[in-house]
Amino acid sequence: MHPALQGLVTIAIGVGGCMGYFYLSNFLLDRFLLPARALTAAEAATRRRLGTIFLLGVPGLLLAALYLAFFLPRGIFNVTGLFWMAVTALLIYGLWRLRDYVFANGELTAGRNISHANMIRPWLFLLPAIIALGLYLTYPVFETLRLSLTERVPGGGSRWVGLANYIQMADEPKFWEAMRNNMVWLVVVPAMSTLFGLLVAQLTDRIAWGSIAKMLIFMPMAISFVGASVIWKLVYDARPVDLDQIGIMNAIWVAVGGDPQQWLTLPFWNNFFLMAVLIWIQTGFAMVILSAALRGIPEETIEAAIVDGAGPFQVFFKIMVPQIMPTIVVVWTTITLVVLKVFDIVFAMTNGQWGTQVLANYMYDKLFRANDWGVGSASAMVIMLLVTPILVWNVRNARKEMR
Amino acid sequence: MDNIAGTKSSLTWAVHLSVVVLVVLWLFPTVGLFVSSFRTSDQIASSGWWASMFPTEQNLVLRAAAPSAQVQEGTDFVISGNLFEGSTAGRISRWGTSSRAIDVYKAGETADLGDDKMLTVEADGSYRMVSPTEMTGGRGERVFVTAKTPPEFTFDNYRNMLFDPSNREGMSRAFISTLTVTIPATVIPIVIAAFAAYALAWMEFPGRALLIAAVVGLLVVPLQLALIPLLKFHNAIGIGKGFLGVWLAHTGFGLPLAIYLLRNYMVGLPRDIIENAKVDGATDFQIFIKIILPLSFPALASFAIFQFLWTWNDLLVAMVFLVDSTGETTVMTKAIVELLGTRGGNWEILATAAFISMAVPIAVFFAMQRYLVRGLLAGSVK
Repeated sequence: MHPALQGLVTIAIGVGGCMGYFYLSNFLLDRFLLPARALTAAEAATRRRLGTIFLLGVPGLLLAALYLAFFLPRGIFNVTGLFWMAVTALLIYGLWRLRDYVFANGELTAGRNISHANMIRPWLFLLPAIIALGLYLTYPVFETLRLSLTERVPGGGSRWVGLANYIQMADEPKFWEAMRNNMVWLVVVPAMSTLFGLLVAQLTDRIAWGSIAKMLIFMPMAISFVGASVIWKLVYDARPVDLDQIGIMNAIWVAVGGDPQQWLTLPFWNNFFLMAVLIWIQTGFAMVILSAALRGIPEETIEAAIVDGAGPFQVFFKIMVPQIMPTIVVVWTTITLVVLKVFDIVFAMTNGQWGTQVLANYMYDKLFRANDWGVGSASAMVIMLLVTPILVWNVRNARKEMR
Repeated sequence: MDNIAGTKSSLTWAVHLSVVVLVVLWLFPTVGLFVSSFRTSDQIASSGWWASMFPTEQNLVLRAAAPSAQVQEGTDFVISGNLFEGSTAGRISRWGTSSRAIDVYKAGETADLGDDKMLTVEADGSYRMVSPTEMTGGRGERVFVTAKTPPEFTFDNYRNMLFDPSNREGMSRAFISTLTVTIPATVIPIVIAAFAAYALAWMEFPGRALLIAAVVGLLVVPLQLALIPLLKFHNAIGIGKGFLGVWLAHTGFGLPLAIYLLRNYMVGLPRDIIENAKVDGATDFQIFIKIILPLSFPALASFAIFQFLWTWNDLLVAMVFLVDSTGETTVMTKAIVELLGTRGGNWEILATAAFISMAVPIAVFFAMQRYLVRGLLAGSVK
C-alpha cells in the first residue's frame, strides 16, 4: 500500500478510533456500568456477579495467557520477571478496587451512581493521553537512566556496570569539547536572541510599518533548522582567492582587504557562526512574546516618567524593562531549552568537526554511529540533568499559578 | 508612544533606519538562497547572487557563424549576423579576437584579422565580417567580448528537482513522505489532547493538580532521551522503523504542549455555558463535542500549526524512527542533509531542494500567522 494512502487510513483509524473510544466508553459508563437510576439490592447483586466476570475474569485469563506465552519460558525469578509480576499484581488489585467501586452490594441510589460515574469519567477522557505520555516520555527517562548504567553484551541482554559509562565519557576530550561549546551556546544564544528580540519589539512598536517588519523578522521561525543550515552555508561559502566570492561574508571580507576564509573551520569562532543561525531563528520568537509584554505595560507609568523628565533611554531601561522582567525570564528559559536540544544545525553544517561538537550531536554520534548505547544514554542523561532546573522551576510556577 | 505628553521623538528617523537595517539583515540570507535557486550552476559559481539582480559586466567568448554561411556581395565575401544568437542579448562595450587581448576594440570599431579580412562588431552584438577571398574552415571566428548582460533566471532547477523522474536525487518522493509523516502526526495528538485538556480544565477529580504539574514538567523533557528506549520498544512490538512508528513518536512528543495549550485555553471559556448545558441534561461527551470543541478552535489551530511546522521541519525523529537503510521513506530534511554531504558545492541543487522543503511551512506561516502568535503567547509558561 502506498504510504500516503496508509497515512489517510491511519488518520481515519486514529481519529475514528479515538472518537469511538471516547464515545463508547462514556456510553458504556452511563448506560450499563453506572446508570443514572436507583438499583434494587437484587439487581445490584446480579450486576456485581457479571461485573466480576468482565473486570476480573476476562483480564485474568488474558494475563494468564500472556504469562504462559512470554514470561514463563524466560523465567520469572529474575529482575524483569519480578518487575512484571509486581505490575500484574498492581493491575489485578486496581481492577479489584474498581469492581468494588462500580458494583457495590446492596441498594444503590441514582445520586450515588451519578456521582460515581462522574468520578470515573475524567479518567476515561485522560486514559489515551496518560498512556501516550507515560510510554513516550516518562518511561524513556527511566529506561535511559537504566541503559546509562549498563552495557550491552554480545548476543543480546545487558550487564550492570555502574558508573563506568559516565567515567568513560568523562575521559573523552570530545565530550568536554561538547560541554564547553554547549555552555557558550547557553550564554550567547539566549542572550543575543532576547536582546535582538527586545530591540526589534521596542523599535517596531513606534512605526507605522512595524507589523510588516515584525512579520519578516519572525519568518525564520517557519524555516527548518536544516533549511536554515543550507541558507547560512551559502552565506559562509568560500571560494579560492582568484575567483569571485559567492558567499556574502567572504565577499565583504575580501572587499575590505582580507583573504577568503573557510568560516566554518576557523577554530573557536566557527561556534559563533553556528550560533548565529539559531539566533537568527529564535529572535522572532523573543520579539513576539516581548512585544506583547511591552504593549501590556500601563501607559501611566511611562507618562509619569516622561513628565518627570526621563529621556527615551531612561524610560526604556528604568521603567519598561523592569516591568517586563518576568517575560524576559520566560523567553530566556524557553530559548535555553531549544539550545540544549540543538542538533540539526550542528549535524547539517559541521557534524561536530573542527571543534564545534555539542551534546545533542555527541549523543547521536554515540548512539547511532558508534552504537554505544551506554555512553550515548549517559550523555542523554547529562542533557536531562541540565534541563532539570528549568523543569522544577516551571512546575513550581505552574502550581503557584493554579492556587 | 509618539504622542505621549505631546513630545515627538527626535529619534524617529534613527528608528526607521535601524528597523530597515535589521529587516534587511534578517531577510538577506533567505533571499540569497531563494535567488540562487533560480540561477544556473554556472551563474552561481561565477558571481554572487546579489550581482544577479543587476545587469552584469561579463567577459564572454562568442562565435561568429561558420564560413559556410558566407554570401558573396559583389567581389567580397560577407558573413553577418548577431553574436548573441541563441543566448541572452547584452550590450558589448569592448571586444577582441585573441584570448590575450580581449578588449583592444571598442564597440563599432573594425578589426583587421589579416589577409584583408575585416570584422566589425556593434554594441548590440551584430557583426559583419568582410573578406575579398572566399573564407574557409569548419568553425566560425571566435570573438571575445566584454558585455553587460541583463539578469537571467530559470525554472530549470525546480523542473529538475521536482518533475524529472530520472533524477534519483529528486525531491518529489521525499515531499510525499514528509507530507505522509506530517498530517497524521498533526491530527492524532489534537484529538487525544483535546479530551485530556477538557478533563483537566473542567472536571473535578483527585490528582488533577498533580497531572497538570506532570504535563508542565514533561513539556521540557528532551526527546533525545526517548530515542533508544522507544526504538527498542518499537522493535519489540514489531513496528520497527516506519511511518507508524514516527506517527506514534510525534504524537507522544507533541502531547504535552497540546494538552498544556488547550487546557489553558479551555479554562478561560465561560463557566455559565458549560453549567447551563449540564442543567439542560447534556452529558460531558455532548458538552465536549458540541460546545467546547467549536469554541476552542483558535487554540486547536495554534497547536495544529506548531505541530505541523515541527513535524515538517523535524530531522532527528525521522532519522531515528523512519528512515531505514533502503532510503525509500526518506523525508526532505534528511534528503537535504544527504545532498549537503554529496553535493556540497552544487548550490543550484541545494538551494532548490531547500526551497522546496521550505515553501509549505512558509506559506502556512504567512497564512496562519495570527494563530501562531496567539499560540506562542499562550504556550510560554507565564
